[in-house]
Parts: sequence; structure tokens; C-alpha cells
Amino acid sequence: MGKSTLLRTLARVQPKLGGSIDLKGRGLENYKPTELASQLSLVLTEQIPSKNLTVTEVVALGRQPYTNWIGSLTGNDKEKIKNALSLVNIEAIKNKKCFELSDGQLQKTMIARALAQDTALIILDEPTTHLDIYHKAYILKLLKEIAHKTQKTILYSSHEIDLAIQLCDKMLVMTEDKISFGKPATLIESGSFSELFPTDLINFDKASGTFKVNK
Amino acid sequence: MRSTLTYRYWFLFLTIILVVVAFINISLGSVSIPVKAVFNALTGGEVEKETWRYIITDYRVPKAITAILVGGGLSLSGLLMQTLFRNPLAGPFVLGISSGAGLGVALLILGSSLFGTWFSFTLTGSFSLAAAASIGSFVVLMAAMLVAGRVRDTMAILIIGLMFGSITTAVVNVLSHFSDSERLQQYIFWSLGSLGNLSWVQLGVFSIIIIAGLLLSIFSLKALNTLLLGENYAKSLGLNIRRSRYMIIIATSLLAGSVTAFAGPIAFIGLAVPHLTRQIFNTPNHKVLVPAVLLYGAILMLVCDTIAQLPNSQFTLPINAITSLVGAPVVIWLLIRKRKMIF
Repeated sequence: MGKSTLLRTLARVQPKLGGSIDLKGRGLENYKPTELASQLSLVLTEQIPSKNLTVTEVVALGRQPYTNWIGSLTGNDKEKIKNALSLVNIEAIKNKKCFELSDGQLQKTMIARALAQDTALIILDEPTTHLDIYHKAYILKLLKEIAHKTQKTILYSSHEIDLAIQLCDKMLVMTEDKISFGKPATLIESGSFSELFPTDLINFDKASGTFKVNK
Repeated sequence: MRSTLTYRYWFLFLTIILVVVAFINISLGSVSIPVKAVFNALTGGEVEKETWRYIITDYRVPKAITAILVGGGLSLSGLLMQTLFRNPLAGPFVLGISSGAGLGVALLILGSSLFGTWFSFTLTGSFSLAAAASIGSFVVLMAAMLVAGRVRDTMAILIIGLMFGSITTAVVNVLSHFSDSERLQQYIFWSLGSLGNLSWVQLGVFSIIIIAGLLLSIFSLKALNTLLLGENYAKSLGLNIRRSRYMIIIATSLLAGSVTAFAGPIAFIGLAVPHLTRQIFNTPNHKVLVPAVLLYGAILMLVCDTIAQLPNSQFTLPINAITSLVGAPVVIWLLIRKRKMIF
């Protein structure tokens, strides 16, 4: 239901069609490009074109909004890069080239890059597509930990509702005609998930918080 | 980022190679001159024959400098294009800048017969040739920038560049139908490429344009590295995409346009050198790659020119044929070993 469109509009990757978007009480369109880059970082579904970059190089590019005209890294920048690598647990592969990485490792690298950008808000567009169930859970749990540990807001889109119910602090459920926002438990109570899909095939089980296929 | 320092021995090595190759290039030619005389002529010492000094200072040295500027300029413009268009097969020719220059020259040389003979005497000097090529590349550049402003998709710009190439070929074919054989020959000579026709004054103009292009590239270093993540990520990192794109395109057109104007369309160097450079400097960091392609391009061009002048013979081969013989197999080799195409 227009998940990516919403996130890309919120991140100013694409222009908004109407309404207003405020970040810290200020209209999004009033931010200068580098100002916005120090407030909001992104993890997109698209592949990066240069696969010859190493993990550290990709993460280091997250410091671009803060570096000088030629992009030299200061001691502080290097510290932030090191922290980002350790938060996501990828120190072991930091010198590998991107073309050597698995999808899961690549995703972790992009998350570390967003962390190195050091913004209060991180937006991720479907961070778990292309990953198996183990890595989906791993990435989402990691995001939850990072959010609590660093006090950052992490906003991501997903159609993995089961996992999101278990791991998110708050959810925004979008259907054709209704949008509801709140804690997963509250949303379960109010029946937001029950109406999400036609009930002839799957039903939402409120007790376990999962979807069940009709037998 | 792996820094320039990691590769300092390679840079030192390539600089020495460049000096050696430049000296060999100046030493060899259709007239055989002893190495000692060449050295003396370069350092301002005593030379046995005054003609030797003249050959070296007024022909071979300008030609070697031209080769360095041509090789470095084309290679750098190729690197810029490959990063900007995220396409390992991009080069100054793909964008249509060289085609635009060619169209300018074709209109000047071949078109002059349509406008009458008196016109041709004043205009077909080598300097007006250069002006025509520059105007041609500039027109294509403006068109490309217009497209770049409207079309967000960089692949579309590449296809439009190819179309410029087709239009040039078509116009040249039409013009050649109406022009006399002498002018056709003149155009064909230009299109074969030549490094040896530049006076010191022309060389000065050429150097200034190349340095301007180089400065713009240096100011774009950070943008070029950011663009390695793709345009959306670059934007999210606060990069002004439009301004950076324009700066890179202007740098490319200055480099490729001036080279084409002063030396003719030199094939494959712009495309092949960045890939050859990546075999040694295995990093996408532009702070390493920009100086590296300048050195590598200059060396390769000097080598090609040394081969082209066929030492101790009266014949000179067209430089474009040599660069194609060197460059085309490199491109085929790169395509076969696909992994080497990652950048």
C-alpha cells in the first residue's frame, strides 16, 4: 500500500504531492541538502553501483555531510565509523569488497553507513527483502537494539507483519481505506490486523499475534 | 578509503616511467639523432647540428607534450564519465562530445566548398579547425546538459549521446557528397588524428583548457566518490546532484572537446585507460584514480605515438589506428573477464 512511496517522500527522495512534512517542527522543504543529511539517513532497496568499494569505504561515505570540500576524514569521523561497524557487528568483514558479500552482509553494511551518518532519524525501505527468515529476524532485532541503545528513531517499511508485531515499538498499518497507528498490542486489540486481508484465506489470531491459514 | 599513500610506490614508479617514456619518445623519430644530442638540446647545451635542435625543440617536444595532454585529458574524461553514468563502458565518445567536435570540423572543412573558395582560404587554418571542433563539442554539451536537466535517467543520456554520433556520421556523409576530393582528404586526415601539428601558442591554449578541466575535476572529487553509492544515496548524503553533475559534464567536455579539437578524435584511450589503471590501483577512490589515470594515460599515449612514428623510417602511422589496435583488444578482454568491469 504505497509503503515505499511514503518513505521516499518522507526522506525527500521524491517530491510530495500535497500536505506538509515537518521534521523537528520545521518544514522538510526548508532544510538545505547537507542540513537534512545530518538529520535523516536512508537505507534503500536499490543496489549501489560500485561493488568494488570495501565495507569500510561504504560506511566512511556516511560521513560525507560532515567532511571538508575534498572529503578528508578527521579522527572524530574515524571514531564514528568504527562505532558504526561494531554496532552492526561487521568488523570481521570490514576490508571485504562489496561484491564478495552476501545479501545479509550487504544490508548490514548499508545500515552501518546510515549509523555513521549520525542522524536522529534513520529510514529504511524494506530492509528485509531478499533475506531468509533467520536474517530477517536478525536485522530487525538488530535495528530494535540500535534504536534502544542509541536513542535513534528507526522507521522502516515491511510486509513481514508477524515479525514487526514482535519487534516494533509502534506500527503504522496502512490499508486501502484506513490507516491506524499505535503500539502493536493496542493495534491487535482494536482489530487493525484482522481487517488487513480478506478473511476467506487467512485469519489473524489475536491470542498469538500471528496469521493463520484457513484449513 | 584506501588512501593515495597506500599506492605511493606505484605513483613514484609511474612518474619515473613517464619521464623515461617521454625521453624515448623525443629521442626517436624519422631523423636519427644521437641520445647525447637530444639530452643537450633539452638542457640547452651544445648541439652539433642546428637542425637537430630545431627538430627537437620545435617539433618533438611539443609533440610529446601534446601526447601527455591528450592521454591524460582523455583518460580523465573517461573516468569522469564512467562514474557519472555508472557505466563501465562510458567514455567521451559515448556522450557524443567527440562526435560534436567531429561535426564542427566536418561543417568547416567539407562545408566550405559549398560557400565558395575565398571563404576556405581564411578559415581552414589549423586554428579555425580547433575553434570549429570546440564549438561543435560545446553545442553537444549544451544539448546533453539540457537533456540531463530534464531526464533523470542517466541511461537515456547515454542513448542520446549515441544518437549524436549517428547524426554526425549522417551529416558528414551528406557533406562529403557535395565536397571536392581535396577537402574530403583534409577531413579524413583530421579524423585519423595527429599529435604533431601544434605550435607553441596552440599548445599554450590547449594546456590552459586541460588545466581548467583538471581543476574542475579536483573540485568534484568528493562528489565523484559520493556518486559511487548511486544518485539517491548521494542525495541523502546532502550532495547537490544537479550542480555536481553539471560540474563533471563541463570538466569532461573541456577535456575531451579540447583534445578532439587539437589532435582529432583519438579512439579508445578514454574508455580503456581507466580500466587498465584499476588493474593496478584496485580502488574506486577518485583521490587515487584521478592522478593515476592522468599518469597512465600520458604514458600510454607516448608509447602509442612512439610506435606510430616508426623510428628511423620516413613513414608515420595515423595515431588513431595505433590507439585502436591497443585499446580495442583491451575492451574485448575486459568484456570477457566480466569481473574486471566492476568499478
